[in-house]
Amino acid sequence: METAFTPIQALIGGSLIGLSAVLLMWARGRIMGATGVMAGLIWPENRDAFMWRAALVLGMVTAPALYLLATGAMPPVQVPVSTPMLIAGGLLVGLGVSYGGGCTSGHGVCGMARLSPRSIVATLSFMAATGVTVFVIRHVIGG
Amino acid sequence: MHLVVTYLIGVVFGLGIVISGMSNPAKVLNFFDVAGSWDPSLAFVMGSALAVTAIGYRIVLRGTRPLFEGNFSLPTARDLDARLIGGSAVFGVGWGIAGFCPGGALPALGTGRSEVLIFTAALIAGLALARFIKSRPTPAPSGA
Repeated sequence: METAFTPIQALIGGSLIGLSAVLLMWARGRIMGATGVMAGLIWPENRDAFMWRAALVLGMVTAPALYLLATGAMPPVQVPVSTPMLIAGGLLVGLGVSYGGGCTSGHGVCGMARLSPRSIVATLSFMAATGVTVFVIRHVIGG
Repeated sequence: MHLVVTYLIGVVFGLGIVISGMSNPAKVLNFFDVAGSWDPSLAFVMGSALAVTAIGYRIVLRGTRPLFEGNFSLPTARDLDARLIGGSAVFGVGWGIAGFCPGGALPALGTGRSEVLIFTAALIAGLALARFIKSRPTPAPSGA
């Protein structure tokens, strides 16, 4: 499934992701990591830890509706994989980020921005694994 | 008040994800498909997010404390161990299979698409499974 290269939207969107990470550090002193936010929301330490993460996630979930209001269309979600692959992928992502201590937002953006050696190693590891996986699925198994 | 500000920060993150196309698995997977239908957008997303975060953190962390908390909570772990590398590799395999990562899936939930719900449910199951495994006492070494 082809997708268009969209450098301008990528730069605008990426800058907004960065801005939100900076704002969360400024407001709450926390890393903008989707893994940590989800885990802290599902297994909160206390009411306050739950509340701010719930507010944050609610904000994230609101974004497609605002995008719809501004552009007249929902942001595209094209899923070129089967339901069993979504389930297997989701399970592996959940297990992996639990042991790896973060995902693209936490390690790849926030940790790398702090030049954390752990985040740099984690990001190299998952980017390489994703690349190999996509190559194998598309060009070895499916090729 | 502090929850409203936090909510708006979530909106900014979500808009960044949907505008950049990172809530779209086809687009994310195509970044990794250099040998096929390559779409380099993800590199521009990560590059700009990194640049803004690196500069912004430098400014914000000069302050003594965040607006709504007593202190900054920065990760303190330093070890580059098998858990970090292996866990991240497993995450990468899952990301390559499904095309969603946690930060892409959360805003995408707002589209109401069933695929996002299925992925997120499986992701939560994976988080719960890891939590369960970690909570079990380490078995004593077996064998004579």
